[in-house]
Amino acid sequence: MTNWLGQHRHALGLVLGRFARAPFSSLLAMLVIGVALSLPLGLYALVGNIKALAGNVKLEPQITLFLTPGASADDARQIESQLKELKAVRQFRFIPRDRALQELLQNTGLTDVAAGLDRNPLPDAFVIEPQSANPVELESLRSELAKLPKVDFVQLDALWAKRLNAMVSLGRDIVLILAVMLGSALMVITGNTVRLQILSQRDEIEISTLIGATDAFIRRPFLYHGLLQGLGGGLAAWLIVSLGLQLLNAGIGDLAKLYAAQFLIRPINPRDILSLLAFSSALGWLGAFLAVGRHLQKMETKT
Amino acid sequence: MISFSQVCKRYPGGHEALRNLSFTVEQGEMAFITGPTGAGKSTLLKLVAAIEKPSSGSVVVSGQNVGKLRRSAIPFLRRNLGLIFQDHKLLYDRSVLENVLLPLHIAGFPRAESLKRARAALDKVKLLGLEKASPISLSGGEQQRLCVARAIVNRPAIVLADEPTGNLDADYAGEIMEMFKSFNQVGVTLLIATHDEQMIARYGGKTLHLIHGELHA
Repeated sequence: MTNWLGQHRHALGLVLGRFARAPFSSLLAMLVIGVALSLPLGLYALVGNIKALAGNVKLEPQITLFLTPGASADDARQIESQLKELKAVRQFRFIPRDRALQELLQNTGLTDVAAGLDRNPLPDAFVIEPQSANPVELESLRSELAKLPKVDFVQLDALWAKRLNAMVSLGRDIVLILAVMLGSALMVITGNTVRLQILSQRDEIEISTLIGATDAFIRRPFLYHGLLQGLGGGLAAWLIVSLGLQLLNAGIGDLAKLYAAQFLIRPINPRDILSLLAFSSALGWLGAFLAVGRHLQKMETKT
Repeated sequence: MISFSQVCKRYPGGHEALRNLSFTVEQGEMAFITGPTGAGKSTLLKLVAAIEKPSSGSVVVSGQNVGKLRRSAIPFLRRNLGLIFQDHKLLYDRSVLENVLLPLHIAGFPRAESLKRARAALDKVKLLGLEKASPISLSGGEQQRLCVARAIVNRPAIVLADEPTGNLDADYAGEIMEMFKSFNQVGVTLLIATHDEQMIARYGGKTLHLIHGELHA
């Protein structure tokens, strides 16, 4: 067991020594991997933020029911009692036309315009929260509501929320595709640096094999090389994306201030960073494993 | 200890390096393989170390049929062999001491024990003062001695040497041979390929004379 640990320590030391002897090219390789990984990582961070932002808004669909302009308070009460009967309606509230106008004026500052109106152009309305978010059931509820007397127009307000959701999920798909593509790039990059490493250590590999080295012994330092290079690439990606978000936040902060809003892109959370590092290390290891396997086989057929 | 029976070795491309070769080297023997260049001396040694596999026949080393060994078992066979190569096969980017440490490290010896053994082996070949030097700065004779030290540091039961004195002048060659003789006296089996007939005459022992891959008495 101590021997086994000793051999691992030795392999690790060997690799760290190689990195130290060629710091520039080692860092460059990690940086290349970092840049490749920062694209999906950065996009992931942005999509995560949009999702969080969308989460603040109610994603449950709403139905707004507008009464005909001539409807009286009695008509409204009648509709109210009918709404209470409907099982598909979870909750509703009545917005009388006067209050609707008031709110509109308050929220938009269009008081001057209202002064020019001789009568309130807005109808009475009900805002309804349905029981289910299922599009088919929503549609059937909508058509049922449209049949009620004195109802002018029924509007489903879930559309924009659906669009946002679809966009977020599209973003996530893009992140996934990019991650797969650039993850394979990481493997190829690592495989290539390990291949060069193997070529420069041909003699050592050959001699070690001749004096009794197992395949595992030969492989070990190269696997560590791939693992550490992947890890370094992951760290570089984290650094790049953090820096990028910081820069974006400076701009976004100013922009948000102009709209009197507070919004900043949140940094990547620690759990995601850990999975990024695990992912990049594992891919580096795998790239090295494939490269070493291929080369050991090639050397075998030569001797 | 080493036993060939009806061994043939044909390389891809049709060249037949060994033909119907049968012989036995007993434990504790010092045997020579001789013959002109291209007679199959190196091939014979490669078969013992499982660097090559026989095309037919069987090669048995320490009771193991080497030609039939699983790939994963070959390293463990080689750890019981000391290999001395004509071209030394030293690592020039490492010190003399590190070169001798390599087989011990591969076999998984603890560092402290390895250092003790490596220094003992270097002492035996009279290179102890040069342990920090790079092998490239050594003379041909010293490099060959370093190669010997690396081969014996594992205390193998069998030492295989391919032209160990090939590029050396008579004095150095004599030194190496005296070392081999002293290993043999402590029970190591040696199989030495050489075309130096004088050397064989001086040290005697079993001699396998190869011509065109066949054994001549």
